Amino acid sequence: MRCFVGVDLGSTTTKAVVLDEQGRILGRGITNSRANYDLAADVARTEAFVSARFGLLRQEVEKAAGTAALDRLLRAFRTEQNLAQLTRLHRHLSEEVDLHVAAHLQAPTHDAIDEIVDRTRQEEEDYSRQDDPPMRSDFFRDVAGSAFCRLAEEIAARPEGPTVQGVGFDLLLGLYDKCIIQVENQAVELGFHDHIAGALARIDAAPEVRVGVQRATDAAFDTAVTVGTGYGRARLPFPKEWIRSEILCHGLGAHAMFPGTRTVLDIGGQDTKAIQVDKDGIVTSFQMNDRCAAGCGRYLGYIADEMNIGLHELGPMAEQSKRKVRINSTCTVFAGAELRERMSVGERREDILAGLHRAVILRAMSLLARSGGIEDEFTFTGGVANNPAAVSALRELVVENYGDRVLNISPGSIYTGALGAAIFALRVEQPGAAIHVERGEA
Amino acid sequence: MKKDRSMELQKEMIGAHFKRLERAPETGEKVVYTFVPGNLTELIRSFGALPLLPEINALQSGMRGKSKGYIAEAEKAGHSADVCTYVKADIGMLMSGNIGPTGTKLPPPDLLLLSYTGCYTFMKWFELLREQYKCPTVFLQVPYQGDGRLAPEHRAYMEKQLREDVIPALEQITGRAYDPEKLKANLALSAQAEEDLVAVLNSAKQKPSPIDSYFGAVYYVGPIFSAFRGTPEGVEYYRALREEVEERNAAGIGPETPSGRLDDQKFRIVVEGPPNWTSFREFWQMFSDEGAVVVASTYTKVGGTYDYGFRHDPGDPLGTMADYCGGCYTNHNLPDRIDMLVDYIREYEADGFLINSVKSCNSFSAGQLLILREVEKRTGIPGGFIESDLVDPRYFSAANIKNRLESYFQMLRERRAGGVAVTPAGGEVRP
Repeated sequence: MRCFVGVDLGSTTTKAVVLDEQGRILGRGITNSRANYDLAADVARTEAFVSARFGLLRQEVEKAAGTAALDRLLRAFRTEQNLAQLTRLHRHLSEEVDLHVAAHLQAPTHDAIDEIVDRTRQEEEDYSRQDDPPMRSDFFRDVAGSAFCRLAEEIAARPEGPTVQGVGFDLLLGLYDKCIIQVENQAVELGFHDHIAGALARIDAAPEVRVGVQRATDAAFDTAVTVGTGYGRARLPFPKEWIRSEILCHGLGAHAMFPGTRTVLDIGGQDTKAIQVDKDGIVTSFQMNDRCAAGCGRYLGYIADEMNIGLHELGPMAEQSKRKVRINSTCTVFAGAELRERMSVGERREDILAGLHRAVILRAMSLLARSGGIEDEFTFTGGVANNPAAVSALRELVVENYGDRVLNISPGSIYTGALGAAIFALRVEQPGAAIHVERGEA
Repeated sequence: MKKDRSMELQKEMIGAHFKRLERAPETGEKVVYTFVPGNLTELIRSFGALPLLPEINALQSGMRGKSKGYIAEAEKAGHSADVCTYVKADIGMLMSGNIGPTGTKLPPPDLLLLSYTGCYTFMKWFELLREQYKCPTVFLQVPYQGDGRLAPEHRAYMEKQLREDVIPALEQITGRAYDPEKLKANLALSAQAEEDLVAVLNSAKQKPSPIDSYFGAVYYVGPIFSAFRGTPEGVEYYRALREEVEERNAAGIGPETPSGRLDDQKFRIVVEGPPNWTSFREFWQMFSDEGAVVVASTYTKVGGTYDYGFRHDPGDPLGTMADYCGGCYTNHNLPDRIDMLVDYIREYEADGFLINSVKSCNSFSAGQLLILREVEKRTGIPGGFIESDLVDPRYFSAANIKNRLESYFQMLRERRAGGVAVTPAGGEVRP
């Protein structure tokens, strides 16, 4: 099957979307961005093809086998991927101990590392067996990091543990920090073919699922054109004409999902973009934050770190607020100081967070005004569009400033740029190709 | 980057001028500090004095990588981060030994001649220099064209000031009497050079354009904006420049740029606002790599809107100087500036227009977003907006500016190609 790929190399995450020749979405993938941009693009692309093959599988056997069976298979597949990366992490950790830890500390460090890795492996096995597991990050770095941190803390705190011999929490965590970067910046086999057999072995798959898996495995995807976008786009090994600005990609992606779109707001990791598009999704005007990334996605990430909670918890917590705290500064560097100051005067966390979300959106409103205002329909894209408190603040401010507007948000809004890039890829071969994306789908 | 003959000629002229300035304390030649907009070079030179332009020195410091250190010096001395970076680069240069752009020592001023008051910062700048040099200051108040024209009483008011304040101040420091004939002769030379400059600027109406009317033209306006208006060297430079451009035009070739000679011009752009000087070449290359040539710019009119027909008139020396001072680009009101951009877009058949907004330059930046919207509305051409600074390298974010420019050019390309309709979804495959 000939297909067309869009890769969006963002500052925080790298996304890929695969389209078929008719412009339908086959798959999408995401990974955290890292020093090796080429690899990040590769991983996202691999993930998008994994998703494409699972898509084929669902199309073929979902009716017969049921959604739950395929969900289980997908979870088992993720577990296989994670365990493969965990094995590699373990090897790097062991080598690191041998090379750089003082000789008299090596034995207890090895013991601690082995225990952490064994228990993480067990936790992963347990997770994959649950029917309705709790939500967690899609990224190995987050899953492994969270387990490593918790287990290292526990082991180091034991009265007769390795700390007594000089192997403390800091040493263990330092090893993790170093080795996870090595794992992330080396090519790892994470594709469908690498792990589907292992995943099948984990579940009691019905015969029709096995047949479907075989067909999905055999399906040939021939990538005709790949278009890259995002901050790392210059690193992509494509011809210059196949590299597109993320502003154009977000505009076209938003238009593809919501054809009535005239104004797009994208709040990404390091920049906020206000974009006006015409009826064909072609950008007519745009404004971006300049020089300073205050109030962008990274700001919220920093706030989450300061509060020691997950990024995905910020919005729901802010939604609990009864009384917003008024906050003007969205400077990321001062965020910690601002937060502690508010906490010290007794403000509630949810009220502070509600104020912070409003401040982020106020900054975006200024860019929107500069780009030409908010026209109907208005589409909000980027990772921050999945944050309910940001969306509430935006709804409120849109009505206050512009009156009623249709506000479109796709659950897959983070893929908007990659979707736009994939459409541009399709149009390299088929100029003027129509878009066949379902409303709100990315 | 390959240098044009005219650039070499200009380099020699400037080098010789700065050597003369360096020797001025020994030769006894008087030195008058003044600014580009509204500069009265013909008058200054008619008294045998030498003009020195602090903002030219500041931009040269920016281009030579020296402004960062100078600005740091000025900030150490208490100048705020929000102050115009030309001022801080100049003050910092002064504090660092006052070595000018060509490596020669700059002489102290015998007179500070402020002949354009549209920029409030200029006044503060000269107050600082006056404090430093304890020299006389003379002030020509130039009425703003608030209602879009220079009224007869504005003109009369400026002539009166020239007669009663500026000329006596020059007489006093030079010890020479005002010589109207000498002034007229200088003004006649100005008009000749202005005629050639306008021919050069107008050449951008050709396709391909033989010049870049922003990045290239800041060099072209150099002599006429600084010390060489009304001089034989200035006349010679502009004649040579015009010939050079006409040769390129006849051969159907484009200007030299950081990406090589730009013959294949994919985008014709109009630019509003001053350039960034610290990353000048990198900034230019962001255009030339995309095949974009600037066909008209407003910055190249800060020292005179000659393309709108103004020429110094030897027949009316004081009146023509009043017209000149009142007619500088930033002395025009916003509707006039909008008209000018709209005219440029139409006359030069531009594909787009860009605003480079410099926060510390109020003369330019106030109202630029309004200008953007209005020009878009009237021409149907989308505008682009980027932000940088004059000479503070900390405020030039290459990745951000490149991102915006690439997006802008791609947007123009997409619009040119035309959009595509969305069809209803069919046979959707869900991953």
